[in-house]
Amino acid sequence: MVNLAQTYFIEVMTIILYCLLIFVPLLLGVVMALYADRKIWAAVQKRRGPNVVGPYGLFQVPADGLKFIFKEIILPDGSDKTVFLIAPIITLALSIAAWAVVPVQAGLVLANINVGILYIFAISSLGVYGILMAGWSSNSKYPFFGALRSAAQMVSYEVSIGFVIITVLLCVGSLNLTEIVMAQNTMWFFIPLFPMFIVFFISALAETNRPPFDLPEAESELVAGYQTEYSGMPFVLFMFGEYINILLMCAMTTILFLGGWLPPIDIYPLNAIPGFVWFLLKVTFVFYLFAMVKAFVPRYRYDQLMRLGWKVFLPLSLFAVVATSSILFFFNIAPGM
Amino acid sequence: MTAQLLAFYLFSGVILISSLMVISTKNPVHSVLFLILSFLNAAGLFVILHAEFLAMILIIVYVGAVAVLFLFVVMMLDFKTSINKDNILQYIPIGILIGVVFIAELIIVLINTKFDLSNIQVLPNPLSDFTGKTNTEAIGSVLYTDYILYFQLSGVILLVAMIGSIVLTLREREGVKRQVVSEQLQRQGKINLVDVKSGKGVDI
Repeated sequence: MVNLAQTYFIEVMTIILYCLLIFVPLLLGVVMALYADRKIWAAVQKRRGPNVVGPYGLFQVPADGLKFIFKEIILPDGSDKTVFLIAPIITLALSIAAWAVVPVQAGLVLANINVGILYIFAISSLGVYGILMAGWSSNSKYPFFGALRSAAQMVSYEVSIGFVIITVLLCVGSLNLTEIVMAQNTMWFFIPLFPMFIVFFISALAETNRPPFDLPEAESELVAGYQTEYSGMPFVLFMFGEYINILLMCAMTTILFLGGWLPPIDIYPLNAIPGFVWFLLKVTFVFYLFAMVKAFVPRYRYDQLMRLGWKVFLPLSLFAVVATSSILFFFNIAPGM
Repeated sequence: MTAQLLAFYLFSGVILISSLMVISTKNPVHSVLFLILSFLNAAGLFVILHAEFLAMILIIVYVGAVAVLFLFVVMMLDFKTSINKDNILQYIPIGILIGVVFIAELIIVLINTKFDLSNIQVLPNPLSDFTGKTNTEAIGSVLYTDYILYFQLSGVILLVAMIGSIVLTLREREGVKRQVVSEQLQRQGKINLVDVKSGKGVDI
Protein backbone atom coordinates (compact mmCIF):
# COMPACT_ATOMS: atom_id res chain seq x y z
CA MET A 1 0.00 0.00 0.00
CA VAL A 2 2.83 2.36 0.91
CA ASN A 3 4.60 1.43 -2.30
CA LEU A 4 1.48 2.12 -4.32
CA ALA A 5 1.05 5.50 -2.68
CA GLN A 6 4.67 6.33 -3.39
CA THR A 7 4.44 5.50 -7.10
CA TYR A 8 1.21 7.45 -7.43
CA PHE A 9 2.67 10.34 -5.47
CA ILE A 10 5.57 10.59 -7.91
CA GLU A 11 3.19 10.29 -10.86
CA VAL A 12 0.91 13.02 -9.57
CA MET A 13 3.90 15.25 -8.85
CA THR A 14 5.21 14.80 -12.41
CA ILE A 15 1.78 15.65 -13.79
CA ILE A 16 1.67 18.81 -11.68
CA LEU A 17 5.19 19.67 -12.88
CA TYR A 18 4.10 19.22 -16.51
CA CYS A 19 1.09 21.44 -15.92
CA LEU A 20 3.39 24.13 -14.56
CA LEU A 21 5.66 23.65 -17.60
CA ILE A 22 2.71 24.67 -19.78
CA PHE A 23 1.19 27.25 -17.50
CA VAL A 24 4.21 29.39 -16.60
CA PRO A 25 5.46 29.99 -20.19
CA LEU A 26 1.87 30.64 -21.27
CA LEU A 27 1.43 33.22 -18.52
CA LEU A 28 4.63 34.95 -19.61
CA GLY A 29 3.47 34.69 -23.23
CA VAL A 30 0.14 36.34 -22.40
CA VAL A 31 1.89 39.17 -20.54
CA MET A 32 4.20 39.76 -23.50
CA ALA A 33 1.29 39.48 -25.96
CA LEU A 34 -0.77 42.08 -24.09
CA TYR A 35 2.24 44.40 -24.01
CA ALA A 36 3.01 43.82 -27.70
CA ASP A 37 -0.63 44.38 -28.61
CA ARG A 38 -0.72 47.77 -26.90
CA LYS A 39 2.66 48.83 -28.27
CA ILE A 40 1.69 47.88 -31.84
CA TRP A 41 -1.63 49.77 -31.72
CA ALA A 42 0.19 52.73 -30.21
CA ALA A 43 2.76 52.69 -33.00
CA VAL A 44 0.05 52.50 -35.67
CA GLN A 45 -1.73 55.48 -34.13
CA LYS A 46 1.52 57.43 -33.57
CA ARG A 47 1.23 57.19 -29.78
CA ARG A 48 3.84 55.96 -27.32
CA GLY A 49 1.85 53.24 -25.61
CA PRO A 50 2.77 52.02 -22.12
CA ASN A 51 6.16 53.56 -21.25
CA VAL A 52 6.06 54.56 -17.58
CA VAL A 53 6.09 51.39 -15.45
CA GLY A 54 9.48 49.71 -15.70
CA PRO A 55 11.92 49.89 -18.63
CA TYR A 56 9.99 50.67 -21.86
CA GLY A 57 6.78 50.15 -19.88
CA LEU A 58 7.41 46.41 -19.69
CA PHE A 59 5.90 46.09 -16.20
CA GLN A 60 2.63 47.76 -17.19
CA VAL A 61 0.78 44.46 -17.69
CA PRO A 62 1.88 42.85 -14.38
CA ALA A 63 0.96 46.12 -12.66
CA ASP A 64 -2.52 46.03 -14.23
CA GLY A 65 -2.84 42.39 -13.17
CA LEU A 66 -1.91 43.20 -9.57
CA LYS A 67 -4.44 46.01 -9.55
CA PHE A 68 -7.18 43.64 -10.68
CA ILE A 69 -6.24 41.03 -8.08
CA PHE A 70 -6.69 43.54 -5.25
CA LYS A 71 -10.02 44.84 -6.57
CA GLU A 72 -13.26 43.73 -5.03
CA ILE A 73 -15.17 40.98 -6.82
CA ILE A 74 -18.66 42.36 -7.36
CA LEU A 75 -21.46 39.80 -7.67
CA PRO A 76 -24.43 41.51 -9.30
CA ASP A 77 -27.73 41.27 -7.45
CA GLY A 78 -30.03 38.79 -9.15
CA SER A 79 -27.22 37.02 -10.94
CA ASP A 80 -26.83 33.26 -10.87
CA LYS A 81 -23.77 33.34 -8.63
CA THR A 82 -22.45 29.81 -9.13
CA VAL A 83 -22.62 29.96 -12.90
CA PHE A 84 -21.33 33.53 -12.79
CA LEU A 85 -18.14 32.42 -11.04
CA ILE A 86 -17.72 29.13 -12.92
CA ALA A 87 -17.82 30.84 -16.34
CA PRO A 88 -14.40 32.58 -16.20
CA ILE A 89 -12.81 29.48 -14.65
CA ILE A 90 -14.10 27.35 -17.54
CA THR A 91 -12.82 29.84 -20.10
CA LEU A 92 -9.32 29.88 -18.64
CA ALA A 93 -9.12 26.13 -17.94
CA LEU A 94 -10.23 25.19 -21.46
CA SER A 95 -7.86 27.60 -23.13
CA ILE A 96 -4.93 26.17 -21.15
CA ALA A 97 -6.04 22.55 -21.66
CA ALA A 98 -5.82 22.90 -25.43
CA TRP A 99 -2.09 23.65 -25.15
CA ALA A 100 -1.37 20.15 -23.83
CA VAL A 101 -1.10 18.75 -27.36
CA VAL A 102 0.72 21.63 -29.09
CA PRO A 103 4.19 20.50 -30.19
CA VAL A 104 6.79 23.28 -29.98
CA GLN A 105 9.62 21.11 -31.30
CA ALA A 106 10.08 17.54 -32.53
CA GLY A 107 9.33 15.44 -29.44
CA LEU A 108 8.79 18.47 -27.22
CA VAL A 109 5.07 18.00 -26.55
CA LEU A 110 3.19 17.13 -23.40
CA ALA A 111 0.67 14.67 -24.90
CA ASN A 112 1.47 13.37 -28.38
CA ILE A 113 -2.01 11.93 -29.00
CA ASN A 114 -3.23 10.50 -32.30
CA VAL A 115 -6.21 12.82 -32.58
CA GLY A 116 -4.35 15.98 -31.59
CA ILE A 117 -6.00 18.29 -34.10
CA LEU A 118 -9.48 17.00 -33.23
CA TYR A 119 -8.69 17.51 -29.54
CA ILE A 120 -7.80 21.15 -30.13
CA PHE A 121 -10.90 21.61 -32.30
CA ALA A 122 -13.09 20.02 -29.61
CA ILE A 123 -11.63 22.07 -26.77
CA SER A 124 -11.87 25.33 -28.68
CA SER A 125 -15.48 24.55 -29.57
CA LEU A 126 -16.17 24.26 -25.83
CA GLY A 127 -14.83 27.77 -25.29
CA VAL A 128 -18.20 29.23 -26.24
CA TYR A 129 -19.72 27.91 -23.00
CA GLY A 130 -17.67 30.26 -20.84
CA ILE A 131 -19.07 33.19 -22.78
CA LEU A 132 -22.64 31.88 -22.89
CA MET A 133 -22.67 31.14 -19.16
CA ALA A 134 -21.17 34.54 -18.35
CA GLY A 135 -23.72 36.36 -20.48
CA TRP A 136 -26.70 34.48 -19.15
CA SER A 137 -25.76 34.43 -15.46
CA SER A 138 -25.07 38.18 -15.32
CA ASN A 139 -28.83 38.75 -15.52
CA SER A 140 -28.33 41.92 -17.51
CA LYS A 141 -29.19 43.01 -21.03
CA TYR A 142 -25.82 43.88 -22.54
CA PRO A 143 -23.95 40.74 -21.42
CA PHE A 144 -26.85 38.64 -22.67
CA PHE A 145 -26.78 40.18 -26.14
CA GLY A 146 -23.00 39.86 -26.17
CA ALA A 147 -23.24 36.17 -25.31
CA LEU A 148 -25.90 35.50 -27.96
CA ARG A 149 -23.85 37.24 -30.64
CA SER A 150 -20.73 35.44 -29.56
CA ALA A 151 -22.34 31.99 -29.57
CA ALA A 152 -23.76 32.46 -33.08
CA GLN A 153 -20.47 33.86 -34.33
CA MET A 154 -18.24 31.14 -32.90
CA VAL A 155 -20.50 28.31 -34.08
CA SER A 156 -20.62 29.79 -37.60
CA TYR A 157 -16.89 30.22 -38.01
CA GLU A 158 -16.09 26.84 -36.46
CA VAL A 159 -17.71 25.24 -39.52
CA SER A 160 -15.29 26.83 -41.96
CA ILE A 161 -12.34 26.22 -39.63
CA GLY A 162 -13.34 22.55 -39.62
CA PHE A 163 -13.31 22.37 -43.42
CA VAL A 164 -9.96 24.16 -43.63
CA ILE A 165 -8.51 21.66 -41.17
CA ILE A 166 -9.87 18.84 -43.35
CA THR A 167 -8.07 20.20 -46.44
CA VAL A 168 -4.83 20.22 -44.46
CA LEU A 169 -5.47 16.71 -43.14
CA LEU A 170 -6.03 15.46 -46.70
CA CYS A 171 -2.48 16.53 -47.52
CA VAL A 172 -1.07 14.93 -44.35
CA GLY A 173 -2.94 11.68 -43.81
CA SER A 174 -2.81 11.90 -40.02
CA LEU A 175 -4.52 13.75 -37.20
CA ASN A 176 -1.33 13.92 -35.16
CA LEU A 177 0.04 17.46 -34.86
CA THR A 178 3.68 16.33 -34.98
CA GLU A 179 3.03 14.45 -38.21
CA ILE A 180 1.23 17.47 -39.66
CA VAL A 181 4.40 19.50 -39.11
CA MET A 182 6.69 16.76 -40.45
CA ALA A 183 4.57 16.52 -43.63
CA GLN A 184 5.59 20.13 -44.39
CA ASN A 185 9.25 19.19 -44.62
CA THR A 186 9.35 19.80 -48.36
CA MET A 187 6.88 22.64 -48.63
CA TRP A 188 4.94 24.64 -46.06
CA PHE A 189 1.22 24.23 -46.62
CA PHE A 190 0.50 27.94 -46.98
CA ILE A 191 1.97 27.79 -50.51
CA PRO A 192 -0.25 25.07 -52.06
CA LEU A 193 -3.24 25.92 -49.82
CA PHE A 194 -2.90 29.70 -49.88
CA PRO A 195 -6.67 30.51 -50.10
CA MET A 196 -7.31 28.20 -47.15
CA PHE A 197 -4.56 29.94 -45.20
CA ILE A 198 -6.40 33.23 -45.65
CA VAL A 199 -9.77 31.67 -44.72
CA PHE A 200 -8.22 30.10 -41.63
CA PHE A 201 -6.58 33.35 -40.56
CA ILE A 202 -9.81 35.35 -40.86
CA SER A 203 -11.86 32.61 -39.18
CA ALA A 204 -9.31 32.53 -36.36
CA LEU A 205 -9.89 36.25 -35.85
CA ALA A 206 -13.64 35.60 -35.66
CA GLU A 207 -13.24 32.56 -33.42
CA THR A 208 -11.21 34.49 -30.86
CA ASN A 209 -13.53 37.54 -31.00
CA ARG A 210 -10.74 39.76 -32.22
CA PRO A 211 -11.42 42.88 -34.25
CA PRO A 212 -12.84 43.28 -36.88
CA PHE A 213 -15.14 40.60 -35.43
CA ASP A 214 -15.25 41.77 -31.80
CA LEU A 215 -19.04 42.19 -31.86
CA PRO A 216 -19.57 40.23 -28.61
CA GLU A 217 -17.77 43.01 -26.75
CA ALA A 218 -18.43 45.90 -29.10
CA GLU A 219 -17.88 48.75 -26.65
CA SER A 220 -19.84 51.31 -28.66
CA GLU A 221 -22.97 49.15 -28.58
CA LEU A 222 -22.77 46.69 -25.70
CA VAL A 223 -20.49 48.36 -23.09
CA ALA A 224 -18.19 45.35 -22.86
CA GLY A 225 -20.47 42.51 -23.97
CA TYR A 226 -20.42 39.41 -21.81
CA GLN A 227 -17.70 40.87 -19.54
CA THR A 228 -19.74 43.91 -18.50
CA GLU A 229 -20.62 42.70 -15.00
CA TYR A 230 -17.22 41.19 -14.23
CA SER A 231 -14.64 42.83 -12.03
CA GLY A 232 -11.43 41.94 -10.25
CA MET A 233 -10.09 38.40 -10.51
CA PRO A 234 -12.88 36.85 -12.67
CA PHE A 235 -12.30 39.59 -15.23
CA VAL A 236 -8.57 38.78 -15.26
CA LEU A 237 -9.40 35.12 -15.85
CA PHE A 238 -11.51 36.08 -18.88
CA MET A 239 -8.77 38.34 -20.19
CA PHE A 240 -6.14 35.61 -19.80
CA GLY A 241 -8.38 32.97 -21.33
CA GLU A 242 -9.01 35.21 -24.32
CA TYR A 243 -5.33 35.92 -24.89
CA ILE A 244 -4.30 32.28 -24.41
CA ASN A 245 -6.92 31.40 -27.05
CA ILE A 246 -5.45 34.00 -29.37
CA LEU A 247 -1.98 32.55 -28.87
CA LEU A 248 -3.41 29.08 -29.46
CA MET A 249 -4.89 30.20 -32.77
CA CYS A 250 -1.51 31.72 -33.72
CA ALA A 251 0.15 28.40 -32.85
CA MET A 252 -2.46 26.52 -34.88
CA THR A 253 -1.82 28.73 -37.91
CA THR A 254 1.89 28.05 -37.45
CA ILE A 255 1.44 24.29 -37.17
CA LEU A 256 -1.08 23.90 -39.98
CA PHE A 257 0.35 26.30 -42.55
CA LEU A 258 3.73 27.72 -41.58
CA GLY A 259 5.65 24.53 -40.92
CA GLY A 260 5.68 24.53 -37.11
CA TRP A 261 9.23 24.32 -35.81
CA LEU A 262 10.81 23.69 -39.24
CA PRO A 263 13.33 26.27 -40.50
CA PRO A 264 12.42 28.05 -43.78
CA ILE A 265 15.28 26.38 -45.68
CA ASP A 266 17.04 23.28 -44.44
CA ILE A 267 20.62 24.61 -44.66
CA TYR A 268 23.34 24.90 -42.05
CA PRO A 269 23.02 28.15 -40.09
CA LEU A 270 19.23 28.00 -40.16
CA ASN A 271 18.74 24.39 -39.08
CA ALA A 272 21.28 24.77 -36.27
CA ILE A 273 18.81 27.05 -34.47
CA PRO A 274 16.66 24.92 -32.13
CA GLY A 275 13.13 24.23 -33.37
CA PHE A 276 11.23 25.96 -30.58
CA VAL A 277 12.94 29.25 -31.49
CA TRP A 278 11.51 28.98 -35.01
CA PHE A 279 8.15 28.06 -33.54
CA LEU A 280 8.18 31.10 -31.25
CA LEU A 281 9.27 33.38 -34.09
CA LYS A 282 6.42 32.18 -36.30
CA VAL A 283 3.83 32.46 -33.53
CA THR A 284 5.08 35.99 -32.83
CA PHE A 285 4.79 36.85 -36.52
CA VAL A 286 1.19 35.60 -36.72
CA PHE A 287 0.38 37.48 -33.52
CA TYR A 288 1.86 40.62 -35.10
CA LEU A 289 -0.56 40.15 -38.00
CA PHE A 290 -3.44 39.77 -35.52
CA ALA A 291 -2.44 43.01 -33.77
CA MET A 292 -2.07 44.90 -37.04
CA VAL A 293 -5.54 43.81 -38.16
CA LYS A 294 -6.93 45.08 -34.85
CA ALA A 295 -5.13 48.39 -35.30
CA PHE A 296 -6.50 49.37 -38.68
CA VAL A 297 -9.61 47.43 -39.62
CA PRO A 298 -13.04 48.81 -38.63
CA ARG A 299 -15.59 46.58 -36.95
CA TYR A 300 -17.94 44.50 -39.08
CA ARG A 301 -21.70 44.87 -38.88
CA TYR A 302 -23.42 41.76 -37.57
CA ASP A 303 -25.24 40.79 -40.78
CA GLN A 304 -22.00 41.29 -42.74
CA LEU A 305 -20.25 38.97 -40.30
CA MET A 306 -22.86 36.25 -40.78
CA ARG A 307 -22.81 36.73 -44.56
CA LEU A 308 -19.04 36.32 -44.63
CA GLY A 309 -19.19 33.16 -42.52
CA TRP A 310 -22.05 31.31 -44.17
CA LYS A 311 -22.19 32.65 -47.73
CA VAL A 312 -18.51 33.17 -48.51
CA PHE A 313 -16.28 31.03 -46.31
CA LEU A 314 -18.49 27.96 -46.04
CA PRO A 315 -18.95 27.41 -49.83
CA LEU A 316 -15.31 28.34 -50.44
CA SER A 317 -13.89 25.91 -47.91
CA LEU A 318 -16.35 23.18 -48.91
CA PHE A 319 -15.23 23.59 -52.51
CA ALA A 320 -11.62 23.49 -51.38
CA VAL A 321 -12.17 20.14 -49.63
CA VAL A 322 -13.62 18.65 -52.83
CA ALA A 323 -10.95 20.24 -55.05
CA THR A 324 -8.04 19.18 -52.83
CA SER A 325 -9.22 15.60 -52.53
CA SER A 326 -9.87 15.38 -56.30
CA ILE A 327 -6.39 16.71 -57.13
CA LEU A 328 -4.73 14.38 -54.64
CA PHE A 329 -6.72 11.44 -55.99
CA PHE A 330 -6.25 12.02 -59.73
CA PHE A 331 -2.54 12.77 -59.52
CA ASN A 332 -2.21 9.84 -57.15
CA ILE A 333 -0.26 11.84 -54.57
CA ALA A 334 -2.59 11.36 -51.60
CA PRO A 335 -0.68 10.20 -48.52
CA GLY A 336 -1.37 6.62 -47.54
CA MET A 337 -2.60 5.56 -50.99
CA MET B 1 -5.13 -0.53 -14.02
CA THR B 2 -6.14 1.02 -10.72
CA ALA B 3 -5.94 4.49 -12.22
CA GLN B 4 -8.12 3.37 -15.11
CA LEU B 5 -10.66 1.89 -12.72
CA LEU B 6 -10.67 5.08 -10.68
CA ALA B 7 -11.17 7.15 -13.83
CA PHE B 8 -14.03 4.87 -14.89
CA TYR B 9 -15.83 5.24 -11.56
CA LEU B 10 -15.21 8.99 -11.60
CA PHE B 11 -16.62 9.46 -15.11
CA SER B 12 -19.59 7.15 -14.68
CA GLY B 13 -20.37 8.54 -11.24
CA VAL B 14 -20.41 12.08 -12.60
CA ILE B 15 -22.59 10.92 -15.52
CA LEU B 16 -25.13 9.37 -13.16
CA ILE B 17 -25.26 12.33 -10.82
CA SER B 18 -25.43 14.93 -13.57
CA SER B 19 -28.12 12.99 -15.46
CA LEU B 20 -30.15 12.95 -12.26
CA MET B 21 -29.59 16.67 -11.90
CA VAL B 22 -30.78 17.22 -15.50
CA ILE B 23 -34.27 16.10 -14.57
CA SER B 24 -34.35 17.36 -11.00
CA THR B 25 -33.11 20.95 -11.21
CA LYS B 26 -35.80 23.57 -11.57
CA ASN B 27 -33.80 25.92 -13.77
CA PRO B 28 -33.82 24.75 -17.43
CA VAL B 29 -30.46 26.38 -18.12
CA HIS B 30 -28.89 24.42 -15.26
CA SER B 31 -30.44 21.27 -16.74
CA VAL B 32 -28.76 21.90 -20.07
CA LEU B 33 -25.44 22.62 -18.36
CA PHE B 34 -25.67 19.31 -16.44
CA LEU B 35 -26.55 17.57 -19.71
CA ILE B 36 -23.36 18.97 -21.22
CA LEU B 37 -21.39 17.76 -18.20
CA SER B 38 -22.71 14.24 -18.70
CA PHE B 39 -21.83 14.37 -22.44
CA LEU B 40 -18.29 15.37 -21.53
CA ASN B 41 -17.94 12.50 -19.10
CA ALA B 42 -19.33 10.07 -21.67
CA ALA B 43 -16.51 11.26 -23.93
CA GLY B 44 -14.15 10.45 -21.05
CA LEU B 45 -15.51 6.88 -20.96
CA PHE B 46 -14.80 6.59 -24.71
CA VAL B 47 -11.21 7.66 -24.07
CA ILE B 48 -10.84 4.91 -21.44
CA LEU B 49 -12.06 2.44 -24.10
CA HIS B 50 -9.29 3.72 -26.43
CA ALA B 51 -11.93 5.10 -28.79
CA GLU B 52 -10.43 8.57 -28.82
CA PHE B 53 -11.83 9.45 -32.25
CA LEU B 54 -15.40 8.81 -31.09
CA ALA B 55 -14.73 10.78 -27.91
CA MET B 56 -13.58 13.83 -29.85
CA ILE B 57 -16.45 13.59 -32.35
CA LEU B 58 -18.89 13.33 -29.45
CA ILE B 59 -17.51 16.52 -27.96
CA ILE B 60 -17.35 18.39 -31.28
CA VAL B 61 -20.81 17.42 -32.51
CA TYR B 62 -22.92 17.14 -29.37
CA VAL B 63 -21.23 19.49 -26.95
CA GLY B 64 -19.72 21.96 -29.41
CA ALA B 65 -22.69 22.33 -31.76
CA VAL B 66 -25.95 20.67 -30.73
CA ALA B 67 -25.87 21.60 -27.05
CA VAL B 68 -24.79 25.17 -27.84
CA LEU B 69 -27.89 25.70 -29.97
CA PHE B 70 -29.98 23.95 -27.33
CA LEU B 71 -28.63 26.23 -24.61
CA PHE B 72 -29.11 29.15 -26.96
CA VAL B 73 -32.83 28.44 -27.21
CA VAL B 74 -33.35 27.58 -23.54
CA MET B 75 -31.56 30.75 -22.41
CA MET B 76 -34.14 32.85 -24.22
CA LEU B 77 -37.11 31.17 -22.54
CA ASP B 78 -38.85 33.05 -19.80
CA PHE B 79 -38.58 30.11 -17.41
CA LYS B 80 -39.45 32.02 -14.22
CA THR B 81 -43.13 31.91 -15.09
CA SER B 82 -43.24 28.63 -16.98
CA ILE B 83 -42.67 26.33 -13.99
CA ASN B 84 -45.69 25.61 -11.88
CA LYS B 85 -45.17 23.23 -8.99
CA ASP B 86 -48.83 22.21 -8.75
CA ASN B 87 -49.11 20.33 -12.01
CA ILE B 88 -45.87 18.37 -11.68
CA LEU B 89 -47.82 15.65 -9.83
CA GLN B 90 -50.23 15.17 -12.73
CA TYR B 91 -47.48 13.57 -14.83
CA ILE B 92 -46.75 10.83 -12.28
CA PRO B 93 -49.32 8.25 -13.56
CA ILE B 94 -48.13 8.45 -17.17
CA GLY B 95 -44.51 8.35 -15.98
CA ILE B 96 -45.18 5.17 -14.00
CA LEU B 97 -46.98 3.67 -17.00
CA ILE B 98 -44.02 4.30 -19.33
CA GLY B 99 -41.60 2.96 -16.73
CA VAL B 100 -43.60 -0.24 -16.22
CA VAL B 101 -43.87 -0.85 -19.97
CA PHE B 102 -40.14 -0.29 -20.38
CA ILE B 103 -39.18 -2.65 -17.53
CA ALA B 104 -41.63 -5.30 -18.77
CA GLU B 105 -40.09 -5.17 -22.24
CA LEU B 106 -36.60 -5.47 -20.79
CA ILE B 107 -37.61 -8.50 -18.69
CA ILE B 108 -39.27 -10.22 -21.66
CA VAL B 109 -36.19 -9.67 -23.82
CA LEU B 110 -33.82 -10.87 -21.08
CA ILE B 111 -35.84 -14.04 -20.33
CA ASN B 112 -36.11 -15.10 -23.96
CA THR B 113 -32.49 -14.46 -24.83
CA LYS B 114 -29.78 -17.00 -24.40
CA PHE B 115 -26.41 -15.35 -24.18
CA ASP B 116 -24.45 -17.84 -26.23
CA LEU B 117 -21.50 -15.95 -27.57
CA SER B 118 -20.02 -18.91 -29.49
CA ASN B 119 -22.28 -18.81 -32.54
CA ILE B 120 -23.10 -15.19 -33.14
CA GLN B 121 -23.35 -14.47 -36.86
CA VAL B 122 -25.04 -11.15 -37.30
CA LEU B 123 -22.43 -9.19 -39.23
CA PRO B 124 -23.13 -8.91 -42.97
CA ASN B 125 -19.42 -9.36 -43.62
CA PRO B 126 -16.60 -10.01 -41.22
CA LEU B 127 -14.66 -6.96 -40.10
CA SER B 128 -11.26 -6.53 -41.60
CA ASP B 129 -8.06 -6.76 -39.61
CA PHE B 130 -7.49 -3.58 -37.62
CA THR B 131 -4.16 -4.40 -36.00
CA GLY B 132 -1.66 -1.59 -36.30
CA LYS B 133 -4.26 0.98 -37.28
CA THR B 134 -5.32 3.98 -35.24
CA ASN B 135 -9.03 3.94 -34.59
CA THR B 136 -9.58 6.88 -36.94
CA GLU B 137 -8.15 4.78 -39.78
CA ALA B 138 -10.13 1.75 -38.65
CA ILE B 139 -13.45 3.62 -38.68
CA GLY B 140 -12.62 5.23 -42.02
CA SER B 141 -11.70 1.93 -43.62
CA VAL B 142 -15.12 0.37 -42.94
CA LEU B 143 -17.34 3.46 -42.98
CA TYR B 144 -16.52 4.39 -46.57
CA THR B 145 -16.37 0.84 -47.96
CA ASP B 146 -18.64 -1.71 -46.27
CA TYR B 147 -21.12 0.77 -44.84
CA ILE B 148 -21.09 3.39 -47.61
CA LEU B 149 -24.82 2.88 -48.32
CA TYR B 150 -25.86 3.60 -44.73
CA PHE B 151 -23.43 6.50 -44.56
CA GLN B 152 -24.82 8.11 -47.71
CA LEU B 153 -28.43 7.41 -46.70
CA SER B 154 -27.97 9.14 -43.34
CA GLY B 155 -26.34 12.03 -45.18
CA VAL B 156 -29.34 12.33 -47.50
CA ILE B 157 -31.75 12.18 -44.56
CA LEU B 158 -29.88 14.99 -42.82
CA LEU B 159 -29.83 17.04 -46.02
CA VAL B 160 -33.58 16.61 -46.46
CA ALA B 161 -34.17 17.63 -42.83
CA MET B 162 -31.96 20.68 -43.28
CA ILE B 163 -33.63 21.84 -46.49
CA GLY B 164 -37.05 21.13 -45.00
CA SER B 165 -36.44 23.26 -41.93
CA ILE B 166 -35.05 26.09 -44.06
CA VAL B 167 -38.07 26.00 -46.37
CA LEU B 168 -40.48 25.94 -43.42
CA THR B 169 -38.94 28.94 -41.67
CA LEU B 170 -37.98 31.05 -44.68
CA ARG B 171 -40.22 34.04 -45.24
CA GLU B 172 -39.83 36.84 -47.73
CA ARG B 173 -40.11 40.25 -46.13
CA GLU B 174 -41.20 43.12 -48.31
CA GLY B 175 -39.75 46.59 -48.18
CA VAL B 176 -36.42 45.58 -46.71
CA LYS B 177 -33.28 47.15 -48.12
CA ARG B 178 -30.63 44.50 -48.46
CA GLN B 179 -26.95 45.06 -48.90
CA VAL B 180 -25.63 43.53 -52.11
CA VAL B 181 -21.90 43.61 -51.71
CA SER B 182 -20.99 42.76 -55.29
CA GLU B 183 -23.11 45.65 -56.62
CA GLN B 184 -21.55 48.01 -54.12
CA LEU B 185 -18.09 47.05 -55.19
CA GLN B 186 -18.88 47.35 -58.89
CA ARG B 187 -20.45 50.80 -58.91
CA GLN B 188 -18.46 53.44 -60.74
CA GLY B 189 -18.81 57.18 -61.12
CA LYS B 190 -20.43 57.96 -57.79
CA ILE B 191 -17.50 56.85 -55.67
CA ASN B 192 -14.00 56.76 -57.05
CA LEU B 193 -10.66 56.03 -55.53
CA VAL B 194 -8.47 59.10 -56.11
CA ASP B 195 -4.75 59.32 -55.58
CA VAL B 196 -4.31 62.71 -53.91
CA LYS B 197 -0.94 64.38 -54.51
CA SER B 198 0.51 65.82 -51.32
CA GLY B 199 0.28 69.62 -51.13
CA LYS B 200 -1.72 69.99 -54.37
CA GLY B 201 -5.13 68.53 -53.57
CA VAL B 202 -7.84 67.63 -56.08
CA ASP B 203 -10.78 69.39 -57.67
CA ILE B 204 -14.17 68.39 -56.34
